[in-house]
Amino acid sequence: MPPIFILWMGGFIVPKGAVMSADEIRRAIVRIAHEIVEQNEGVSDLMLVGMRTRGVPLAERLATAIREFEGETIGVGALDISLYRDDLSTRGTNVEVRPSEMPQDVADKKLVLVDDVLYTGRSIRAALDALIDYGRPERIQLAVLVDRGHRELPIRADFVGKNIPTAKDDDVLVQLEESDGQDQVIVTERRD
Amino acid sequence: MVKNASSPRTTRVAPSSQKRPAQLTERRAKTEGRSNAADISAERLSPDATWQRRHLLDLDDFSAAELVVVLDTAGAMKEVLARDVPRVPALRGKTIVTLFYEASTRTRASFELAGKVLGADVINVSAAGSSVQKGEALLDTIRTIQAIGADVCILRHHSSGAPYLAARESSFRVVNAGDGGHAHPTQALLDAYTLRSQLGDLRGRKIVIVGDIAHSRVARSNMWSLTALGAEVVLCGPPTLLPPGLNDAAPDAEERDLPPVRVEHDLDIAIEDADAVMALRLQRERQSGGLLPSLREYARLYQVNGERMAKAKPDAPVLHPGPINEGVEISTEVAHGSRSVVEEQVANGVAVRMAVLYLLLRGEQP
Repeated sequence: MPPIFILWMGGFIVPKGAVMSADEIRRAIVRIAHEIVEQNEGVSDLMLVGMRTRGVPLAERLATAIREFEGETIGVGALDISLYRDDLSTRGTNVEVRPSEMPQDVADKKLVLVDDVLYTGRSIRAALDALIDYGRPERIQLAVLVDRGHRELPIRADFVGKNIPTAKDDDVLVQLEESDGQDQVIVTERRD
Repeated sequence: MVKNASSPRTTRVAPSSQKRPAQLTERRAKTEGRSNAADISAERLSPDATWQRRHLLDLDDFSAAELVVVLDTAGAMKEVLARDVPRVPALRGKTIVTLFYEASTRTRASFELAGKVLGADVINVSAAGSSVQKGEALLDTIRTIQAIGADVCILRHHSSGAPYLAARESSFRVVNAGDGGHAHPTQALLDAYTLRSQLGDLRGRKIVIVGDIAHSRVARSNMWSLTALGAEVVLCGPPTLLPPGLNDAAPDAEERDLPPVRVEHDLDIAIEDADAVMALRLQRERQSGGLLPSLREYARLYQVNGERMAKAKPDAPVLHPGPINEGVEISTEVAHGSRSVVEEQVANGVAVRMAVLYLLLRGEQP
């Protein structure tokens, strides 16, 4: 891909190119789906919880993949962590709060939290607090499409689509068919 | 999706609401910032939908999009309230002061609960039993509350415009919980939320407001929000209880004190095919003021009862901001009947006030 310059939040970003293609995303989801079933020894008491916004379609894709090879339908919840964040005052005002939806009681369930990018770990911290407010799950695991490093909290993912080393100034953009019309992961470098 | 906590953000211009004068006699540009109701076609918000206000003083300059942000946020708050343990840490460490110079049950209780569910500390100050009784002026009380370190002050006052004064003279956020006969924005927001949950999109819906409109801050705020959301508002009441200057031909849109609405003095005609009916409390002291011949006559002409509700659309909800004078502005049968959504209004009030508190404090710089 030729370098394209886009004005973005006051600085220039330079796409470094797609780091995951649509096919790679599809294969990663199928692999993670198998890993989830293998590690949990089946699908009993299993429930996926997608983090808004892009974790939700990813969780649904995982559930679809699991249904295809296990023949069983598992519940998919949607979690909004806006009310649990620790950066209320510094985050902008243009983030929408939406209701969380839990299809089943989380008590004694094996939950797999699903998000697109794992970065500082702060969103996951907030998500854990939010999930625990719904009850006491048997366990919570974490599945992410991309782990880009730079953790600020002792959090790790159980299932990772791809590890992508990044600089702190980079932005990782996950685009999904459901929300963006196409599947790809792009890393962009910001030059102010 | 961008994952970078250190993204620089563009600074946005503060909303104009804080510049509002305390003098309500001064004509203000009411329609400024109000966009066409047709803009709210999408049930879901656009991703950049924002709410940038520092204070909630009135709804007269709210656009449909801004109202929808509050109402959608309230929807998320309803989910929190439905949990076994309704408590989230969103406003942890924030201090909310309720300062009430007039009696209140539901408004104050629901603000207090809203603050607590969001994890804030809530301090209640009433005029009775505080330094106000010793003659402390409003401004001094405001400064005391600021010195305590309040982040938000919920103010109810018998003088119209008092919250504007508080907003101008302090560094905290101000929520108007009712000022004289002027405005009661959170009541109108919870009414809009209740109506939307009953009727869906309000565009083109006929909503009849019956009763003592002249003295009702609830009706004034509702007129602004419901017309902004595209509803057809019909006011009904005796001429002595309708506000003066309504639908004056003279003032242009920029200078109106109230939005254009239909007026119908005969309730039996007004209520025909109504999508919803909102009855207002008759403030009984009005009778001694010579505005009403007798309560009996008022009830005969303007009571929302079963017979009249039969002329509205089937299942049209009946709202009342409370407290209710049963048998005066609304019959007991209707007040407690299947169409009454009075209790939903109270329950929705907590969610709407949570949304307001959250939106006001969310963008605050440390």
